[in-house]
Amino acid sequence: MTSRTISSNSGGGSIASVSALVAVFGVLALIIAGRTIDHAMGIQAMTFIVLVTAFLVGTGMWAGNLINRNPFDESRYEDTLVKFGVFASVFWGIAGLLVGVIIALQLTFPNIFYFPEFGWTNFGRLRPLHTSAVIFAFGGNVLLATSFYVVQRTCRTRIAGGMWPWFVFWGYQFFIVLAATGYLLGVTQSKEYAEPEWYVDLWLTIVWVAYLLVFLGTLWKRKEPHIYVANWFYLSFIVTIAMLHIVNNLSIPVSWTGTKSVQVFAGVQDAMTQWWYGHNAVGFFLTTGFLAIMYYFIPKRVNRPVYSYRLSIVHFWSLIFIYIWAGPHHLHYTALPQWAQTLGMTFSIMLWMPSWGGMINGVMTLSGAWDKLRTDPVVRMMVVSLAFYGMATFEGPLMSVRAVNSLSHYTEWGIGHVHSGALGWVGYISFGALYCLVPWLYKKKALFSKSLVEWHFWISTIGILFYMISMWFAGIMEGLMWRAYNEYGFLEYSFVETVEAKHISYMIRALGGGLYFSGALIMAYNLVRTALGHGAAEPVDSKPDPYATPEPRTTLVPAE
Amino acid sequence: MSIMNKHGLLERHSLLLTVGILVVVSIGGLIQMAPLAYMDNTIEKVDGMRPYTPLELMGRDIYVREGCYVCHSQMVRPLRDEVERYGHYSLAAESMYDHPFQWGSKRTGPDLARVGGKYSAEWQVDHLKDPRALVPESVMPPYAFLADKKLNFDRIAERLRTERMLGVPYTDEMIENAEGHLYAQADPDEKGYDHLDSLLEQYDGASGREGSVEFRDYDGDPGRVTEMDAIVAYLQMTGTLVDFSTYEADDLSNRR
Repeated sequence: MTSRTISSNSGGGSIASVSALVAVFGVLALIIAGRTIDHAMGIQAMTFIVLVTAFLVGTGMWAGNLINRNPFDESRYEDTLVKFGVFASVFWGIAGLLVGVIIALQLTFPNIFYFPEFGWTNFGRLRPLHTSAVIFAFGGNVLLATSFYVVQRTCRTRIAGGMWPWFVFWGYQFFIVLAATGYLLGVTQSKEYAEPEWYVDLWLTIVWVAYLLVFLGTLWKRKEPHIYVANWFYLSFIVTIAMLHIVNNLSIPVSWTGTKSVQVFAGVQDAMTQWWYGHNAVGFFLTTGFLAIMYYFIPKRVNRPVYSYRLSIVHFWSLIFIYIWAGPHHLHYTALPQWAQTLGMTFSIMLWMPSWGGMINGVMTLSGAWDKLRTDPVVRMMVVSLAFYGMATFEGPLMSVRAVNSLSHYTEWGIGHVHSGALGWVGYISFGALYCLVPWLYKKKALFSKSLVEWHFWISTIGILFYMISMWFAGIMEGLMWRAYNEYGFLEYSFVETVEAKHISYMIRALGGGLYFSGALIMAYNLVRTALGHGAAEPVDSKPDPYATPEPRTTLVPAE
Repeated sequence: MSIMNKHGLLERHSLLLTVGILVVVSIGGLIQMAPLAYMDNTIEKVDGMRPYTPLELMGRDIYVREGCYVCHSQMVRPLRDEVERYGHYSLAAESMYDHPFQWGSKRTGPDLARVGGKYSAEWQVDHLKDPRALVPESVMPPYAFLADKKLNFDRIAERLRTERMLGVPYTDEMIENAEGHLYAQADPDEKGYDHLDSLLEQYDGASGREGSVEFRDYDGDPGRVTEMDAIVAYLQMTGTLVDFSTYEADDLSNRR
């Protein structure tokens, strides 16, 4: 099994093929940089060339130092990659939350936080930076890291593809850097959560196909007869995001050396495609991906089997089937034909049940271990994430009812809704997973400090409550003000009066966001100290068994 | 339950599981998206719609670049208060040449679907430069730099050609004279003088009525075509094209 030379099967070959692929794209970028008359494209191409060069030099130096060691030893899990993913998540999480706090302050104190000379610091460019950083950079890295960890453990095999999983990781970071710097330069196709332009989309497609193949390759060489439930969710996330990404980004570049492209769809068809994509970025990136995390980390952490196998089957298939229909609820009362709006509303309401199926399956997994809610703040964080998930997936169907939507749409209520899901559900389940992973990966008995987790939990929870309540208040207020009539039958308020009325809510929101951001800083500190082995993070007595870290077998009932 | 036992098959065969997922997640999108491409009544029959002039199109690109859609919708809903506040509710036909659409999802600022002509061009320029000088309570970012930046339209003909490839009815004359048309609209007295007749003939012709193209210097600096010229040209046109005097909302073909 253990081969001593790196030239065996996927070893040296995968290093060479990854390097060749990356080098080819580096050369393409060089040609584009040489021929472009587009300033922004020049900067983007040069950025990419720098990244590619760093990657190739780094890979060369690393491969040169291997001597006889096989870096892709089949008898060991690939955990270094997961460690990279964990700290990339922490880094991007902090960056994304910081931008969020900045843009919240811009809306609150526009005279202080805008600079008339610099277009790139304006809200319109920073908001896509914030959403992409938290969803794709933070969330995406959490999903990469956890999926690589979970698929290895539940298949009891090393991740497939040798160097290819590393390509997925670094390629994804390159995507983030290109997208983020592009937004600041004003490179965007203006489709929400799909802002990057055609060449960044193409690069992400390649990375994503590699991700799918690495994931499937690992499933193919599994030593368990059954594919564990978490992997169904990861697989549906990877497959569906590929489909959504490709269709929603169909566009024709004006020139292959320029950033600008023209979307294939227009107007009403483009709106339908965008919100089919947009809502399912929530459904498949921020929901099924993070449910996969729930299905591994909660049972593992509380040492109990998943509550119901049947429920997991029923809610998995119904969730992924129904979610995809829900997009048109973003387009109520618009020029989208009414039949499509009605379908979207109907399925959004139906979606409530499979969503709560997942929540119930996660929460009830604590059966027999409820005391952990009190004693283990990491468990509490993950369970509270499910509470927020349940709340957001009730609020969502409510807001998708056409009559409610006529009030809530275009208002801050929508912002509050996505943040209760993003901060409460996605954030907390991710933090829970990161708190689990660092001691496991670095083979420590515990986290550096449990009380810091308590601080993180309470500061963030108060932050989320400030955020949600202020946005409910602001959203419902402005929705009512927009439609208010005075006694003479005229509109009561001008638009700007509704803006002014939200000022206090904006201040509370910025405070809430600031608290949440502070919590993330505490987490980062705690995780770094844990990795360094400080405080309570004493090393676990390491056994020679390569599969030492948490045995999936001991707790996870095979999925049948 | 027997069907539950059969699920083991999917759990043992990753490709079956993958295909199963792909089939299940494809159905909803196909049923919602495909009919919009071929059903005749998806887009209303209206008079007056024409492709964007080169200057308006460049202005729209700046609107996209600056992320205006993040805070401004372009979709007036058929609700009493919105129709009174913003004007006639938006039609699908009004965004039929929008690649991509700009309907937006949030109104941190007001809807802009019918902002065209609502304020003077001078007001728009001043407001973009310093929003709080005109509206003290506003939270909008300042865009003074647009007036300093020369408009970049190096690829304007290719740009129009790409739009035509995707169904926007630009004629050969429009594409050949794109640069001239751009000057004609932003600087009709000097640089663009020779192309003005062609601009009006082509675009008013496409619209089917006179006066669909406003031509003037917008930013107070006639010698230069700046990004400010382009974005204000776009804003001043927004929502003004459709001739609502001939639009029959109750006609069966316009019922959606």
